Amino acid sequence: MARAGDVDFKTKLQHWIPKVVLSPSLALVLLFVYGFILFTVYLSFTDSRILPSYGWVGLENYSKLWRLSHWETSLKNLGVYAVLYISISTVVGLTLAIFLDQKIRGEGILRPIYLYPMALSFIVTGTAWKWFLDPGIGLEHTMHLWGWESFEFNWIKDRDFAIYTVVIAAVWQSSGFVMAMFLAGLRGIDSEIMKAAQIDGASNWNLYRRIVIPLLRPAFLSAFVILSHLAIKSYDLVIALTGGGPGRATELPATFMYSYTFTRNQMGIGASSAVIMLMTIAAIMIPYLYAELKEDK
Amino acid sequence: MMSAAQSQSVRTGRITRTFIYVFLLVASLFYLLPFFIMLVNSVKPLSEITGGNMMALPQVFTLEPWAAAWSSAQVGVEPTGLRPYFWNSIKMVVPAVFISTVLGALNGYILTKWRFRGDTILFGLMLFSCFIPFQIVLIPMARILGILGLSGSTYGLILVHVVYGIGFSTLYFRNYYAAFPTELVRAAQIDGAGFFQIFRRIMLPSSGPIIVVCVIWQFTNIWNDFLFGASFASGSGAPMTVALNNLVQSSTGVKEYNVHFAGAILAALPTLLVYIVAGRFFVRGLMAGSVKG
Amino acid sequence: MGFLDINNVTKSYGAVEVLHKVDIAVEEGEFLVLVGPSGCGKSTLLNMIAGLEDITSGEIGINGRVVNGVHPSNRNIAMVFQSYALYPNMTVGQNITFGLEMHGVPKPERDKAMNDVAKLLQIEQLLDRKPGQLSGGQRQRVAMGRALVRDPDVFLFDEPLSNLDAKLRVDMRTEIKKLHEKLKTTIVYVTHDQIEAMTLSTRIAVMYEGYVQQLGTPKEIYDTPANLFVATFMGSPAMNIMNAKVVMKDGRPHASLVTSEGGEALLPFSQDNMSEWDDKEVLLGIRPEAITDPDGADRKSSNVVALENRIIVTEPAGSDTFVTTNLGGKDVISRLRADVPVSAGEMFGFAVNMEKAVAFDPATEKRIEG
Repeated sequence: MARAGDVDFKTKLQHWIPKVVLSPSLALVLLFVYGFILFTVYLSFTDSRILPSYGWVGLENYSKLWRLSHWETSLKNLGVYAVLYISISTVVGLTLAIFLDQKIRGEGILRPIYLYPMALSFIVTGTAWKWFLDPGIGLEHTMHLWGWESFEFNWIKDRDFAIYTVVIAAVWQSSGFVMAMFLAGLRGIDSEIMKAAQIDGASNWNLYRRIVIPLLRPAFLSAFVILSHLAIKSYDLVIALTGGGPGRATELPATFMYSYTFTRNQMGIGASSAVIMLMTIAAIMIPYLYAELKEDK
Repeated sequence: MMSAAQSQSVRTGRITRTFIYVFLLVASLFYLLPFFIMLVNSVKPLSEITGGNMMALPQVFTLEPWAAAWSSAQVGVEPTGLRPYFWNSIKMVVPAVFISTVLGALNGYILTKWRFRGDTILFGLMLFSCFIPFQIVLIPMARILGILGLSGSTYGLILVHVVYGIGFSTLYFRNYYAAFPTELVRAAQIDGAGFFQIFRRIMLPSSGPIIVVCVIWQFTNIWNDFLFGASFASGSGAPMTVALNNLVQSSTGVKEYNVHFAGAILAALPTLLVYIVAGRFFVRGLMAGSVKG
Repeated sequence: MGFLDINNVTKSYGAVEVLHKVDIAVEEGEFLVLVGPSGCGKSTLLNMIAGLEDITSGEIGINGRVVNGVHPSNRNIAMVFQSYALYPNMTVGQNITFGLEMHGVPKPERDKAMNDVAKLLQIEQLLDRKPGQLSGGQRQRVAMGRALVRDPDVFLFDEPLSNLDAKLRVDMRTEIKKLHEKLKTTIVYVTHDQIEAMTLSTRIAVMYEGYVQQLGTPKEIYDTPANLFVATFMGSPAMNIMNAKVVMKDGRPHASLVTSEGGEALLPFSQDNMSEWDDKEVLLGIRPEAITDPDGADRKSSNVVALENRIIVTEPAGSDTFVTTNLGGKDVISRLRADVPVSAGEMFGFAVNMEKAVAFDPATEKRIEG
């Protein structure tokens, strides 16, 4: 039998082209994401201040960071904000989705209304809510003009309540998205299961509590993961709505990192706070992504 | 009640239904209210806002605030309005969206149809990059842009958005192409088509919907970005979001709320338009970016 | 050495070998069917012939040339896929000529080849349509047209009929057979449907768990299956396998089976060498059509024996009536003529054609050669 060359040119070429084409993207991601992460981790162990410097200080930045009341405040704020933001968005989103799933007339109009804030920049959202919640010209002022003289709503100016205004604006922005996720989940449920449950005599309340909501587990998980990573990354909204104030009442780790790194010239501490943010997100995202990718195989 | 029209699987009584409708309508007011306020107050003279009711319709209709926000308001130090920054954003968004979409399409094609050992790990690395807190890359990015001489420029921002957009665009195309029959690629290979011919002749012509989804997602994300814009292009090269924030936060002079609102709507307009025109694809993008990895 | 030579070919994924030393030589003009249940390795083997999967060891040769490592498009093969794999964005005409275009054939020649093929397959009126506008049978024709237009050395078919409904499948089966008889091309055809394998092929390779269990003509495979797997996989309803003991009576080997009533049935073997198995257990294999009503028995057979047994279930199928009875400890299906009056629970006198009976070694499950 005549022998052909081991592997012909075309086969070899077709074997290499995909790898060559993939490599620029891969190089960009490896350098700009993972390389940068390593660099920032490294900086967090150095005495960098206004510029990166390479004097090794070990864990000093981290111990300083954890002693800073400013950092403690931003973590506490994040705790309050994340818990409220995630739970309220989930409840509102789920309620809207279940209600919309009842063959509602005008669903085609209502759904886009709930979802449009997701298309806006947080800066726009922040601006709108900033003036709407401003007691001088916004809601409080309007209520007074409408004759409700005793109405008071000055949370945005109040150190103890300002963080809740961030929650309101954030829920306004994202709850429609959560609604869309749950609605997709609801529409994916086999209608025969619903019919079977009804034939078994389940009331609507029990139908949702015992059958439907447990079936939405994947949507709950996705919503939780997405909302929690958005919460940890929240920066724009705070900047536009409150600027972190009044005082430090709405500082979050993201704003803390920015101000320590770029305005207070404490780059080492800024870097260490960024590392902690990354680790928190990684702890949530990596198991989730791992499970999703494994399913794919 | 067993009326024939009610074919849904869940039956609800009249009182429950009324409650549901009322709830849904009230909710829609909640979502519309901030935009209503922005819109109404952007066409009022300032005196009507400070002296009057924010919820009221304008007594005197004026487009002054819009004109001011666009071309004469004080943004930072210059009274340029938002116009130059709007164009900055356009100049940044168009190339960044184009490049990241092309790269994502190629990556998705390779990761599904030219699979090799370790490809899932590479995809995992790309995917995770979508979710990192960008604070972790700010410091080295600022350095690199400085070294490359791209600080404060639109090109720098294009680079940044391409890099951090690859993850999502790859995710979209990978998931889309995963459902694309591999037999078609094999048939084309037997027919003699090579890597790029298969991509151009077989894959791309069937990729319309996912291209739209990806372009919309990248456009919205990049247009709405604030952190990178504020970090790497705060001066005259700033994008629209940064300029809007500067306009609103500027402490000098009287607060021109009506101009702020007009500016906010201007900043929201492009993404809002996309949403209105192609909302279906926008939702698909949102879902694909969250529910399935 | 054949026209298509599969020479000691194996396939491994990592440490797992999924295809073990396959050795098949196909002559020019042959219609070879690879048949087996899913996961048996038949599609992997086909993909290796096509060049879509690497060969771990061994060689594949086409028309005298070793093609290991040769790009699929340079092997001079064409393939028809299970899903037809028609390019959705191209018209039928473009689909058919895409391969020629990729090989740099000039347009006038392409058009001529396309028209010839379209005429042959009677799809001329479809040339300007998109695949989405075609019915299943039409898509099937276009997919064949795309393969034919290349005028390849070997045609590869990967379960091409499994997406069609039952009636169309039979029609298309006939079409493929007609086409093969007209064009005398070399075909390798993968299917899990044993009827397709029997009707289409000149030779069949029955595959299971990565091994070629038997390679032979349809008649060889059907009448003298190499082992228990081949015996039960080929044929529908499947061959009956019964527990039997070999006993000698009047100097002849007989199979002794337990009847439905608990008695003993003695069925004489046609194979004399079964006497070597005297007093041993064997598995007796008899196809349903060899257990009939007395008038339906094969007149040419010299070894038809009568057997009284109780009927458990009757299944009238129109052309035949299938009757289940219990023999040798197993449910046994027999095939009666349609109008034989039978009903469940009755005793019935069957006629067993022992000429067609085969026996298997219960330990190795191989057929005992006779």
